Amino acid sequence: MPTRLLLGNESLAQGAIDAGLSGAYAYPGTPSTEITAYVLRSHQAAMGNVICAWTANEKTALEAALGMSYGGKRAMASMKHVGLNVAADPFINSAISGCHGGLIVNVADDPSMHSSQNEQDSRVYLDLAMMPCIEPADQQEAYRAPALAFALSETYRIPVMIRLTTRLCHSRATVTVGQPSRRNDFSYPEDPKRFILLPALARKSYAKLLDRQADFIRESEASPFTEYLEGTDFSTGIMACGTAYHYVREIVGDDCPHPILKIGQYPLPNALIERMMSACDRILVFEDGYPYLEGKLRGLPVRTSPTIHGRLTGHLPRTGELNPGHVAKAFGIESPILNAASAVPSPRPPALCPGCPHGDTCNALNAVLRSGDANGRVFSDIGCYTLSAMPPYESVDTCVEMGASITMAKGASQAGLHPAVALIGDSTFTHSGMTGLLDCINENANVTVVIVDNLTIAMTGGQTSSANHRLAEICTGLGVDPAHIRIITPLPNKHDENVEVLQQEIAHTGPSIIIAVRECIQTARRSRPKGGSS
Amino acid sequence: MKRNLILAGVGGQGLLALAAVIGEAARSLKLHVLQAEVHGMAQRGGVVQSHLRYSDQPIHSALVKEGTADLVLSLEPMEALRYMPMLAPGGAVVANVVAFKNIPHYPEEAAIEREIRLLPNYRLINAVDLAKEAGAIQATNMVMLGAGAPFLALPIEALETGIRTVFSDKAEAVIETNLRAFQLGFEASESAR
Repeated sequence: MPTRLLLGNESLAQGAIDAGLSGAYAYPGTPSTEITAYVLRSHQAAMGNVICAWTANEKTALEAALGMSYGGKRAMASMKHVGLNVAADPFINSAISGCHGGLIVNVADDPSMHSSQNEQDSRVYLDLAMMPCIEPADQQEAYRAPALAFALSETYRIPVMIRLTTRLCHSRATVTVGQPSRRNDFSYPEDPKRFILLPALARKSYAKLLDRQADFIRESEASPFTEYLEGTDFSTGIMACGTAYHYVREIVGDDCPHPILKIGQYPLPNALIERMMSACDRILVFEDGYPYLEGKLRGLPVRTSPTIHGRLTGHLPRTGELNPGHVAKAFGIESPILNAASAVPSPRPPALCPGCPHGDTCNALNAVLRSGDANGRVFSDIGCYTLSAMPPYESVDTCVEMGASITMAKGASQAGLHPAVALIGDSTFTHSGMTGLLDCINENANVTVVIVDNLTIAMTGGQTSSANHRLAEICTGLGVDPAHIRIITPLPNKHDENVEVLQQEIAHTGPSIIIAVRECIQTARRSRPKGGSS
Repeated sequence: MKRNLILAGVGGQGLLALAAVIGEAARSLKLHVLQAEVHGMAQRGGVVQSHLRYSDQPIHSALVKEGTADLVLSLEPMEALRYMPMLAPGGAVVANVVAFKNIPHYPEEAAIEREIRLLPNYRLINAVDLAKEAGAIQATNMVMLGAGAPFLALPIEALETGIRTVFSDKAEAVIETNLRAFQLGFEASESAR
């Protein structure tokens, strides 16, 4: 069998292609991006006519995948953990309607917030949607997960989540790749009424979903991703979810005296959990993300037998991703004396690239809003330009979630703030800024929206932006007065005129748009024709 | 045989390509390989590091445990010092001496070098000069791969094959430059021992 050195994300993508994938949809977001990037560049996927696209946002991605599933084909939508918030509506309701062709929702959590604003654990969504989930422990399991998820999905006509965490997404390992299987032909759902979630019909579908829970639990108990490893020392039993299993293995070795329950599928495998709970005096729980399993085991009121130890009891850190050092400490293994940390290195946070167009836009914003007695605020959004919150720019005052710039600026202006400026990127604008702008227009809100159009989704590596050079047309179409849609070029030699445009539009009462257009220097560098030297 | 490596640098320095070459070399020798890398936000001129582990026995954690790194291989001098608690007793530090200054308060370079020179096992290489000598400043990462090679427990030929694999979509002249850079780094490292 051929082996390849693949990221967890790439393993999953190859596994999905080999498992008969017909459609992959996603909005890029760290740490999930490489799943879809891999499908997009896969020759095998292209030869098989696999549809693969960066969509406007995670909700449109999941809805498209649900539609492809309606047509009997195997589809997946991929997103980062906070993307699932955006896609929560189709996520929860597709569990009730069910699917037809196999449907996978890949969600990549980011414990430790390496590249995110929170470390929410997507497993909590499983309790809302009541759909099954596979959590691979390593790259080989990430390769195998889609085949199992598609099969499960088609057996029960239910979408299946695959939960990943940053460390698996972005770690490479040698993966053995199998044989591709056939893709489904187009077919209509056998019972199309279940896709009509009118209350009377939804109640029936919901009852069916509840009935299926016992089946889902049995599937988890029998899953190849779940394993009960016998032990001889019952003073402690170990439960480990997903990648945490390998940190445990790293520390306890191959001949651990304690029983170990490796959990790789949800809903939680009740019978195996009960078995360990009744056999052991103490349970030590390892899971990356929230203490999801641990909280359920502890119960309310907190059970006293067996004792449950984990993130909630200080045996492991409450926040952040696990590492082998944490696991060793939880087993009471003291670290050897380490080299002292050096006091010399300074922090080196990420920053805008030298020559980045956002830097010039921020300089213009600062000239207007950060000088003298300026009372204005800049409501920023999610993208490279958020880095301007830090020195040397310190241009923006907020960054909460995708699209919040325009709508927060609107609300703040209605509370009395002036100038209220929104700063948003081209793809974030099409992701979830457009609807907020429509609110501004309908309410004639006194906001100045600066769209920094670098013609790409830069922060995640330069994916195709849904804005696609049409921002002025989109704003006109939504109803912004064309006299107040201004296009500027963020370059140092245009600074004075850009400042003037900003001042004029801030002075205008009502919504106005300034589109600062200049290509991301990273994508510009890559697309430049190559010379003779490297 | 088992190696735990910390690869260090700044976003944009070519750290992932360096990691990929070592990973490919280890894979081609049928070793077990695990390599954790940094994608996303930090790549914008921030701190990047990669944990790389390989062994003839199965390995589990993609992350190196504190105090067990056999080598900290750094494309930048200050970044090498960031990982001192990761280093195993007697572990080696191999660092490029050319600073990458994209922050306002970069420490005094002499202080960095002084601290590295206190370590029992270190090699300091001017990788930028050697990369220029090889033909392209972009090959600095391959100079450092060569400089780290004496500590990798991998045959030189396997690393050279790794370079050919990782840069297989590049022109032959680019591959040759990278191989030359690797060789210059290796020689400089051996004469710096």
